[in-house]
Amino acid sequence: MSAAVQSGVRRTARGRGWARTGLWLAVAAVFLLLPHLFASGTGLTTMSLMAIMIIFALSYNMLLGQTGMLSFGHAVYYGLGGFLVVHAMNAIIGAHLPVPLVLLPLVGGAAGLFFGIIFGSVSTRRGGTAFAMISLGLGELVGASALILRDFFGGEDGITTNRTKLLHVAGLNFGPQLQVYYLIAGWCLLCMMAMYALTRTPFGRICNAVRDNPERAAFIGYNTQSVRFIAFCLAGLFAGIAGGLTAINFEIMNAANVGAAPSGIVLLMTYIGGVGNFAGPVIGAILITFLQVMLSDATEIWQLYLGLLFIVMVSFAPGGIAGLIAMHAPVWRARLLHRLAPAYALALLLGLVTFAGAALALEMAYRLSAGSEGGTAFRFLHVPVEAASAAPWSLAVLLAVPGFIGFRRVLPIVGNVWATTLAEARQGRGR
Amino acid sequence: MLELIIVSTLNGVLYGMLLFLMASGLTLIFSMMGVLNFAHASFYMLGAFFGYQLSRVLGFWPALLIAPVLVGALGALVERYGLRTVHRHGHVAELLFTFGLAFVVEEVVQMLWGRLPVDYRVPPSLDFTAFTIFSTNYPAYKLFELLTAIAIFAVLLLVLTRTRAGLIIQAALTHPDMVAMLGHNVPRVFMLAFGVGTGLAAVAGVIAGPALVTQSNMAGLLGPILFVVVVVGGLGSLAGAFAASLLIGLVQTFAVAMNVSIGDLLAVFGAHLAPDAFFAEITQVTVAQIAPIVPYLLLVLILIFRPRGLFGTRET
Amino acid sequence: MTGPALELEALHKNFGRVPIIRGVDLAIAAGERHAVIGPNGAGKSTLFHLISGRLVPSSGRIRLNGADITGHAPYEINRRGLARSFQVTNIFPRLSVFENVRCAAMWSMGYRTSLWRAVEGLADLTARTEHVLEQINLIDRRDLPAGVLTYAEQRALEIGITIVGGGDVILLDEPTAGMSRSETEHAVALIRKVTEGRTLVMVEHDMGVVFDLADRISVLVYGQIIASDTPERVRANPAVQEAYLGTAVATPA
Repeated sequence: MSAAVQSGVRRTARGRGWARTGLWLAVAAVFLLLPHLFASGTGLTTMSLMAIMIIFALSYNMLLGQTGMLSFGHAVYYGLGGFLVVHAMNAIIGAHLPVPLVLLPLVGGAAGLFFGIIFGSVSTRRGGTAFAMISLGLGELVGASALILRDFFGGEDGITTNRTKLLHVAGLNFGPQLQVYYLIAGWCLLCMMAMYALTRTPFGRICNAVRDNPERAAFIGYNTQSVRFIAFCLAGLFAGIAGGLTAINFEIMNAANVGAAPSGIVLLMTYIGGVGNFAGPVIGAILITFLQVMLSDATEIWQLYLGLLFIVMVSFAPGGIAGLIAMHAPVWRARLLHRLAPAYALALLLGLVTFAGAALALEMAYRLSAGSEGGTAFRFLHVPVEAASAAPWSLAVLLAVPGFIGFRRVLPIVGNVWATTLAEARQGRGR
Repeated sequence: MLELIIVSTLNGVLYGMLLFLMASGLTLIFSMMGVLNFAHASFYMLGAFFGYQLSRVLGFWPALLIAPVLVGALGALVERYGLRTVHRHGHVAELLFTFGLAFVVEEVVQMLWGRLPVDYRVPPSLDFTAFTIFSTNYPAYKLFELLTAIAIFAVLLLVLTRTRAGLIIQAALTHPDMVAMLGHNVPRVFMLAFGVGTGLAAVAGVIAGPALVTQSNMAGLLGPILFVVVVVGGLGSLAGAFAASLLIGLVQTFAVAMNVSIGDLLAVFGAHLAPDAFFAEITQVTVAQIAPIVPYLLLVLILIFRPRGLFGTRET
Repeated sequence: MTGPALELEALHKNFGRVPIIRGVDLAIAAGERHAVIGPNGAGKSTLFHLISGRLVPSSGRIRLNGADITGHAPYEINRRGLARSFQVTNIFPRLSVFENVRCAAMWSMGYRTSLWRAVEGLADLTARTEHVLEQINLIDRRDLPAGVLTYAEQRALEIGITIVGGGDVILLDEPTAGMSRSETEHAVALIRKVTEGRTLVMVEHDMGVVFDLADRISVLVYGQIIASDTPERVRANPAVQEAYLGTAVATPA
């Protein structure tokens, strides 16, 4: 019997292997096809940025999601990787070395790994809250040093380079954004596969064990410090590659790239996407980059919305978007998703009404405050609004307050529908 | 030289005491609730901006009283309606919540008061020179800041050592798991601790605002230093926070006042860096220029030689 | 003749100024099943923490298979062949039951922190994990997160994690604590089965379990061993009866 079980296990393992290969091929196909769907300049730059951020967020999740290390200074490895790539490019151009651009992200990875080893040896001695604070301190240390060492970091102006001046291979000069996109997409696919493969190694599994219970991990033979250290160095490596790709993409790096802002953003996108699932950071990187590009045109205070979204996720959906999706897997398998739809639609509607009212109030408050420079008249969802008048304020209140009350009322109903549907889905599978 | 030492010592102690005003609240909250409040410096910033706004309407002195109370109430509300929901997801979620809060507070302050510094001035009643050392005029306002910080420190010390509430807090500091067994209304104690802690940070904001720059990035500048203080002092140790506050206050103030370059310092030890070496520019940087990173260098040194911090007893 | 598998020599441990372990000497032969009993607060758990490296002794020496392990880190001691369980269940709650056991087997099977092999492809690791899962009767629960198991199942998993690494000295800290009668019987059979051929040291309160399993018993009272002998002689020892056992032994299970 046990032999039969084992051969069954082996068969499903092989099936999973094929499914994985198919999935990666699909991802590659998507990367190849996307430029044909979004051929505009904004489309290409946005997608390039998304691919870079996918690598960065996945590398961050090697720490937070896989090993349970909350870092507030991950941009150090991203930024330093980028700076070393810029300097390497300029040195290569200066010395006319025959090095193709495609290989330059490796310099970034090496830099990220190198600084990961140096700073990791100091910061991974301790886990938990202490690690978080130390990562913040090291982040500030490098961020502040970047403003002091002007020769290397170029101060606030930054250091520029020219990606077209490197060795041209197969006629590619990487002038057009499309070529750069394919370079970034290729590296993104490679890094995704590598980081996914890492989660399936003994090392990847023991990272999860250290995350869950570091004390017990020590009693099954693992030095938790060195597990954390290795994870930290590898996360630095991939962050460095992401930084290198950023340098190639923008042809400039400045001190802000190693600072607190990108460290915070990568935390936000990883967490909102979901730390408990490999796809989570990918979703987060795509979504947040999209919002960054779209919202920053539409509103001046988009970062406030981003922060509020983050707080809502921390409070009510600690598994992030990927966690919410994974939660519905049993219901989806039992084909009961339609049961949830009416309750969800109602909650979504009320939520949107509340949000519209709140956002209108926030936008008007911004126009009236000292921070605004554009006067009190503006457009909200293409409708002209005068912030200094009473009518839009009453509208905001009329939307937000009843919307919120209704939303609070509907939440328990959604909860009930969810609980009964889930129970039914589980029972159906049991039978 | 003597003048420099005296003035820098005064300024350093002042800066250290202001740091301690905040670090004490942070330590209190951490010890009792296990939450490292990432947004602590944001409450300091709110204190400064509330103080600015209120002092324009009511004058400085009422603002000094009202602003911390308002900010403390806000802190209590954040604990009640925010942190408490997140609590069941564990300490990392709490830390992340306060991180998000810091992010949002900075955006809100930017939205309401803009990115430029606001005109938060020293009140006229304190705008004179207190005394003169050699040629340096020491402003009365700085003396006032110092005295206020010391007064609050004294009150804190009295409360901690002489009252029942203080004894409970002390017990909570040394035996964190005991808080649950105090038999008090624990949620209310937490809310109160959070309110008082954030209120203390706001006091620091109100009195530091006019002397420093009141701007939307002030929380981002000070927050990390605050965490350096708590880690260097030892997480959860009030005495450690006090020592580390003064240490960092003094070291950073003296660093600002030193106009020698790193190269000169190295030369004292007989070391020379070739001017064309890769990082040769480091030798031209003056000590004053690296003052902003001094706390973080101190943090790294402490981590290497005494990972638990100066007075730390806990491992995590 | 080889030396003892585990040897404690003049072991002391103070918490602050309070002495908890006050000079323990003990030698446990290879293959022996040894129980440590004693009243609450006698220092039994502290003794286990000292042996397994969670605490560092104030003075004295600990030798494992002849090698000095005093003051070594827990992972070093584990790698030398000593594995332990915990009184309060100490598992990896978010990992699956299967993953819990597999992680505990990885180091000793030489896979350590390998970065270039997929765990699914390691047939010997999978086989060993499944073997232990069958032994502890959790093979049907293999894909559940360990955190959702019942208490008794978690205790069984705790034992599985402890023994899968192949350590030759096994320390079990109150393996049957909080179990019902039938669960306890099941656990005793399990312990007997999985520690076959290994050295077992256990702390246990249930006298039925102790007299059922142990070859030898040490009685720890106020940080000192007042008797260390076969179950019959310990039962007959008047000092033991006076200090601890009282009438409970007169009617053994």
